[in-house]
This record gives sequence, structure tokens and C-alpha cells, in this order.
Amino acid sequence: MNTWDWSAVSDFMPYFWDGLLVTLRILVLGSVLSFALGLVWALGYRTTTRFVRWPVNFITEFIRNTPLLVQLFFLYFVLPDWGIQFSAITTGTVAIGLHYSTYTAQVYRAGIDAVPVGQWEAATALSLPVGRTWTAVILPQAVRRVLPALGNYVIAMLKDTPLVVAISVLDLLGEARQQGGLTFHSNETITVVGIAFIVIAYPASLLVRALERRLVR
Amino acid sequence: MTPGLWQHWVLPGIWITVQLTVYSAVLAAVVAFGIGTARTHHSRVVRFLAGFYTEVFRGTSALVLMFWIFFVLPNLFGWALVPMWAAVLALGLSYGAYGAEIVRGGLQAVSPAQREAGIALNFTPWQRLRLILLPQAVPEMMPPFSNLLVELLKGTALVSLLGVGDVSFAAYLVRLATQESSQIYSIILVIYFVIAFVLTRGMRALERKTRANLGLTATGGAR
Repeated sequence: MNTWDWSAVSDFMPYFWDGLLVTLRILVLGSVLSFALGLVWALGYRTTTRFVRWPVNFITEFIRNTPLLVQLFFLYFVLPDWGIQFSAITTGTVAIGLHYSTYTAQVYRAGIDAVPVGQWEAATALSLPVGRTWTAVILPQAVRRVLPALGNYVIAMLKDTPLVVAISVLDLLGEARQQGGLTFHSNETITVVGIAFIVIAYPASLLVRALERRLVR
Repeated sequence: MTPGLWQHWVLPGIWITVQLTVYSAVLAAVVAFGIGTARTHHSRVVRFLAGFYTEVFRGTSALVLMFWIFFVLPNLFGWALVPMWAAVLALGLSYGAYGAEIVRGGLQAVSPAQREAGIALNFTPWQRLRLILLPQAVPEMMPPFSNLLVELLKGTALVSLLGVGDVSFAAYLVRLATQESSQIYSIILVIYFVIAFVLTRGMRALERKTRANLGLTATGGAR
């Protein structure tokens, strides 16, 4: 049992920033991936061919109902067997993006369903081609509605980024573990990282709530 | 994969995952109902404290919390938890915070007239909660609770990082032993999927049952 030492916190700071950059990088790229892929899944749910719809349904349900950690290991250890080699950070980003794409897909689906039928009919009446109907009429309305819900998943993703320590990425938690282990001050480093997550996540959730109020109005 | 690995690691691992899910879910339910009802309490202080709890535990990462409970608590206070219980504590406390929001939403969704009727009948606050509000709110809470339970199940995989021998940890050992990653990790994913499927079906049945108690059908509306 060792006592609390504030100097350990300041010693940790340079590594803290390194870790924060890695965490944010995974978060931003993972979010972009999940937003894009989620839209693909959501369009897949709407297709009229069963041969597309069923596999999409099954794949997304499967990903949603299995742990991110195991998927992370799966990608990290299995892909090289198939001759695909990603760096640990990329694997982490892909795993988080893929996992959360199945959640954003549900969000998009709800958003698309919420677009009034009249909008579809209007597009038909103007004889817009299918592609234009989606890009010019349906999606702009659907996406605007679901922005706050997507924001919630960005916060959820933020809190899942520490999982990448499992494949030894030096993100915030990774740096805290490593520096804490080297200096025997894990108490301070892990606590600082825990507080950092609250400091980032809480204002972010307030922001999402404000956005929600503005868009609903 | 040899039968020995199955018998000594994977099967006990599944059992540990199930146990972790059950214990954490019980703790999370207690926290959720406690904090959730506290958030509808008439005293501002109680509401604030409950809100503070929710924000802290929702705001931090379950994994960081788990590491904190496992590595920092023993150093600071000189007592350590068995990894299994550290994990249950971390999962129960953080998922309980999410559950509290569901409970709060459910309670607030009950029509105010029901609360007023309880007051008119001279029920105590506790009686109102137990006899009027909860029976009507619980069926509404079931679908989001079902989602949360699957989230919790997936959260249990984190404990393998603390060295608890759950099914994810078993997968890790099997991979080290056999060097065949694709096989074992595919199996493990399917195992989680099956458990999640059983959980959602169970919750669906529970939802029907709680709704039936109110004389409602599963899809809503009176019978």
C-alpha cells in the first residue's frame, strides 16, 4: 500500500496527452466508419431482395449480440490467418466502427421510417429516380432527425475505446497502465484517466441533449 | 481443439460468464430501482445525489472502473476484492446507472392521475410506489431492460482482462495452446450470440407476463 503522490500525476501528463491523442484518433475514425457502414446496413434493411435483406439482418444481429472485446480479438488474431494484417490501432478502430455500425444502422432505420409517407409519394410524383429520392429527399430528413441519437453512440464509443488495451494499444488506459506499472503509481494514473473520461463524456452528453432539444423543436 | 481444453476451460468459462451475468444483473437491478426511484423523489437533495451517481457511472468507462476497483482500491484502502466480485461490482454499478434512467423514464410515464388517485386514497408514498406506480411502469421498462441485459452480457467479456476465467479468457488460453484463432474465436462469438438469444427470449416472456398482470396484450392495448 503506497500513499497518494501528486507528483506522479504531473509526471504522467506527457504520456497522458499521447494516450489521449490515440484514444481520440480511434474515436473519430471509428465514428466515421460506424456512421458510413451503419447507413449501408440501413439501406440493406430496406432493399426488396431477400437475398440482401436476410444476410444483412443476420450479420447485424450477430454483431450486436456478441461482445466488442471478442470481436476485437477475432479481428486481431484471425485476420492474419487469412493474410490480412492490420496494425493494432487500425484493428481497434475497425472493430469499434464495425460494432457500432450495427447500432447506428438501427438509428438510421428509425430515422428513415419516421420520414412521412407523403415525401415518398411526392418523390414518385416528380418521377425522381431511386438514387435521387434517397439523396435529395429521404436521407437529408432522416439524418437530421437522428443526429442526437448518433451523438449518443459517439459517447458510448468513447467509453469503449479503452478495450484496445487488450491488443496492447497505448491509448489513455494503456499509457496509464504502462506508466503506472513503471513508476508504481497506478493509483494516480488510472484515477486520472477515469476522471478524464467523465470530463470528456459529461459535457459531450450535455451537448447531445442540447442538440436533441434544438432539433425536436 | 482437444477435449481437455473444452472440459477444463471453455465449459467452466461459459458457466462463469453466466454467473457473472446473473450476479451483475441482480446488483444492477437493485441499483437501477434504488437510484431510479430516488430520481423521482420529492426531496431535491435526494434527486441531486441520485443524478450525480448516474452521471458519474454513465460518464466513465466500465473497463476503467473495473481496473480502478481491481488495482487502485486495494492500494488506497488496503483491501482487495476477488477478481470475480470486483468485476460484478464494476458491471453492476455502471449498468445500474443506465438502468436507473430506464426506471425513471418508466415511472414518469405513468399517468399523473394514477399518482393523484393514490394520494386521494390516502396511500403512503411507499404504497403508491409498490401498488400503483411500479406495476404499471415495469412492463414499459422491459424492452429497454432486455437491451441492457444483452449489453451487460457483452460487458462480462471485459473481466477476462482481469484474469477471471470466463469464456473469453478460455478463448484466449485455447488460442495460446492451439494457435488456431479462427476456430475458437468463431465458437466463442456463437456462444455469446446463443446466450444473448436466450436472454432476449426470456425477457420477452417476462414482458408478456408483467403485461398480462395488467390485463394487457403483448403488443399493447387492453385485452
